[in-house]
Amino acid sequence: MTWIVFEKVGKRFGNKWTIAGLDLKIEKGEFFTLLGPSGCGKTTTLRLIAGLEIADEGKIFIAGKDVTRVPPQQRRVAMVFQNYALYPHMTVAENIAYPLKVRGVPREEQEKKVKENARRLRIEHLLERMPNMISGGEQQRVAVARAMVQEPNVFLFDEPLSNLDARLRLEARRFLRRIQKDLGITAVYVTHDQAEAMAMSDRVGVMKEGRLIQIGSPEEIYLRPADIFVGSFVGNFPMNFIEGTAQAQAEKLFFQSDEFKIPLPQNLKIKTGEKLTLGIRPEHIEASSSGSAQEELNGIIEDIEQLGSEMIVSVSVAGKTLLIRHTTRAELKTGTQAFLKIPSSSLHLFNSEGKRLN
Amino acid sequence: MHKSGKVLVMLFLLLLVFWFILPLLWLIITPFSKEPSLGISITAPTLNNFAEVAKARSALMAFKNSLIISIGSVILVVTLASTASYALSRSRFTGKNAIITLLLIFSSVVTGVAAMVPIYALCQRLKLIDSLLGVVLVFSAGFLPTAIFILKDFIDRVPTAYEEAALVDGSRGADLFARIVFPLIGPGVAVVAVLCFVNIWSNFLVPFVLIRTNAKAPISVAIYQFFTEVGIPRIGLISAYSLLYALPVLIIYFYVSKKYGFGFFGGLKG
Repeated sequence: MTWIVFEKVGKRFGNKWTIAGLDLKIEKGEFFTLLGPSGCGKTTTLRLIAGLEIADEGKIFIAGKDVTRVPPQQRRVAMVFQNYALYPHMTVAENIAYPLKVRGVPREEQEKKVKENARRLRIEHLLERMPNMISGGEQQRVAVARAMVQEPNVFLFDEPLSNLDARLRLEARRFLRRIQKDLGITAVYVTHDQAEAMAMSDRVGVMKEGRLIQIGSPEEIYLRPADIFVGSFVGNFPMNFIEGTAQAQAEKLFFQSDEFKIPLPQNLKIKTGEKLTLGIRPEHIEASSSGSAQEELNGIIEDIEQLGSEMIVSVSVAGKTLLIRHTTRAELKTGTQAFLKIPSSSLHLFNSEGKRLN
Repeated sequence: MHKSGKVLVMLFLLLLVFWFILPLLWLIITPFSKEPSLGISITAPTLNNFAEVAKARSALMAFKNSLIISIGSVILVVTLASTASYALSRSRFTGKNAIITLLLIFSSVVTGVAAMVPIYALCQRLKLIDSLLGVVLVFSAGFLPTAIFILKDFIDRVPTAYEEAALVDGSRGADLFARIVFPLIGPGVAVVAVLCFVNIWSNFLVPFVLIRTNAKAPISVAIYQFFTEVGIPRIGLISAYSLLYALPVLIIYFYVSKKYGFGFFGGLKG
């Protein structure tokens, strides 16, 4: 069931359109993430769902109802803010109860629900404290409890993990996802951290300059990025890009650059002489210290970064540096020759406008 | 500097301190003195002077009038100023900066003695002469610009995230203001309330001009009546009354500094 719908939504601030012609459908119970660099419009999109911004163009539906001009109080959405925005003059219990209190829920029911949610989030022992007396991780849980207590139509998360330290963030990721799946409430999550988006989401929408570039499962986005931007933004290590042209040779098409010559799949609509960009993820290149210089791509190892379980190897191939993620403890040494294998299935081909071809 | 030089400076400073502290000493000692005078005369302590104040009906009435005027004005100023400054801080409309600049000008220029004649004329037309309401309105109007100015600064510093969270949580306009914004600017409200209360409590000119009957006079004006029939000031009465007059202000200062003497914003990371 489609739960949130954006129809050609536009939002401008002054003369600048922050969001333009946005179409989006989010399914019920889905964990949907809006991913993009800062200023791409992802937070504005979230605020449009919350009703904190009103669209200048187009329509927004939640649960089948047109909410384009409905004020936030009547949308039954719950939001967890980046800075949590816990009311500093209220105790934790009062903070959690607030949405119930303003909606006139009877006191006994408020108390029951506060206790219930506090137990679920393991913050019962904090109920009488003030927000400035508890840690960042605890504040985050309180903010989530305040959102949960409303039993909303939609959960909105505006970078809720960005203020936590790295270890806590990993824990919070799992915890948020588990809560969301347990409750089955549709969640829209905003982040600029691609790892977070990949780890938590059912589907990811990658945004840039107010537009959705690609929507898909984390796997799709990772394996088949729609353009150079998505390819470079998603993935733990930056994708290698090589610019070149399509060349025909004996009825076959090849990708040709100063450094490389790689056969291209034949079923693509590519003209001879067309400018192309080849993308290869560092984790898809295999490197070894032995091989044949005639048959295999090879270069000189410039640098090795040790990351513990893996290493990042920079290899200079005919003056172009490629990054390679290497997991085996093979004998790679700085200054020596490395032989590279690139499976053709993990090549990403983009045209001169940066759009995916294969 | 030589040691003797230092001593000289210290002596000079001590003299200066003594000079300024003298009236305060008088205020503390004289009410308890058996022979109150304009000099400081230390005798065995007595409460006779206070007993006399308690006997004077007009003195107690004046206390009541002062409280009505001060508290009434403070409530009016805080209510109007907090809502007005919220609007000025959060909304965007043309002419907003002009209004704020005008407030600044009005708050610092068009006040005090210079305004008394037109204020008197205005009150006369509105039939507010010899009425406590008139005094309250004049004081409130006088303090509003400054109060709005101070509170706007406090509201400007409250992050909008709290209000947005409250909106999504289901609050509406008045509710949002009363439950979220107003408590968050508590320290600012305290500043404004104390500032207004202390100034109005001690103001002499406005009630002196606007109030005609003795029964409606506040303390500052009533003290003026503590003379014998032949025009000799009754020092014992005046000093005891002055001390009582100073007490509310002292109490408020201590209370507010105790309540708000700590850092405030929490629960907001970033």
